Amino acid sequence: MNPRKEALTILVADDDEIDRGFLRRAWEKSRVSNDLRFVGDGEELTEYLKHAGRYSDPASAPRPAVILLDLNMPKKDGREALREIKADPELRQIPVIVLTGSKVEADILRSYDLGANSYITKPVTFEALVDVLQVLRMYWIEIVDLHPPAR
Amino acid sequence: MNASRKSLIVLVADDDEDDRGYIRKAWEKSRAVNELRFVRDGEELTEYLNHSCRYSDPASAPRPAVILLDLNMPKKDGREALREIRTDPELRRIPIIVLTTSKAEEDICRSYDLGANSYITKPVTFGALVDVLQVLGRYWIEIVDLPPENGA
Repeated sequence: MNPRKEALTILVADDDEIDRGFLRRAWEKSRVSNDLRFVGDGEELTEYLKHAGRYSDPASAPRPAVILLDLNMPKKDGREALREIKADPELRQIPVIVLTGSKVEADILRSYDLGANSYITKPVTFEALVDVLQVLRMYWIEIVDLHPPAR
Repeated sequence: MNASRKSLIVLVADDDEDDRGYIRKAWEKSRAVNELRFVRDGEELTEYLNHSCRYSDPASAPRPAVILLDLNMPKKDGREALREIRTDPELRRIPIIVLTTSKAEEDICRSYDLGANSYITKPVTFGALVDVLQVLGRYWIEIVDLPPENGA
């Protein structure tokens, strides 16, 4: 892979510690070199993206190439965070992929309405999660042109 | 693959006849089972989606699951078509993937601003195009939950 693309960061917003561990292991299993970072809720996500609060040092929060966003989180949920990101001229070009346990039709519709770049239901088994992350990474990191481009 | 996903249609808007042939052949080579349909410019794309003029018979224009959109086309270009689709309450959720030869940063940024779901530069070689369409097909048809067609 292009070394500049290998350096891209993927940011996951998920409040569930078990799910985060599951994602981390599946990511490692899919032998991906990209850095996977985590935030625990929508509030922390906003702080990360805006270099506020805990993330006031920009070096602690490299701009993510892609955001994987859970919908149901405390403090600020994924819908609210999605709306904010897509309304922000500096942030709205970052692809946001909703990755959630919900398969509710209203959540799918609303997420696309709010500007989600895609919606994926979290697979139940570990193997299926590895597959999903593998294709997701190939698609967004290797094939898609992001803005700003990987340098 | 889930049987209902096999019947999903991918609609390509591209004015270049050679590129259309190239995309069709690469799609077949990638062993995608989904039907690929083509329109030649933004105007025909709008007619297709709105069932007007050439497409007034709805059976002639089944709703696409995903649109692959070229940017530079005559009559109505891809940017204009993208803006229109995103402001239409009936159409705005259809995923749109810009597939173009332009690698201009301005086009990439503007397409995301207008609500493109992703932006892909057309690969130059046939082999690379097959690879791109294979991953694109797996991602959008097999992995993503597409917006339900009749959602209010």
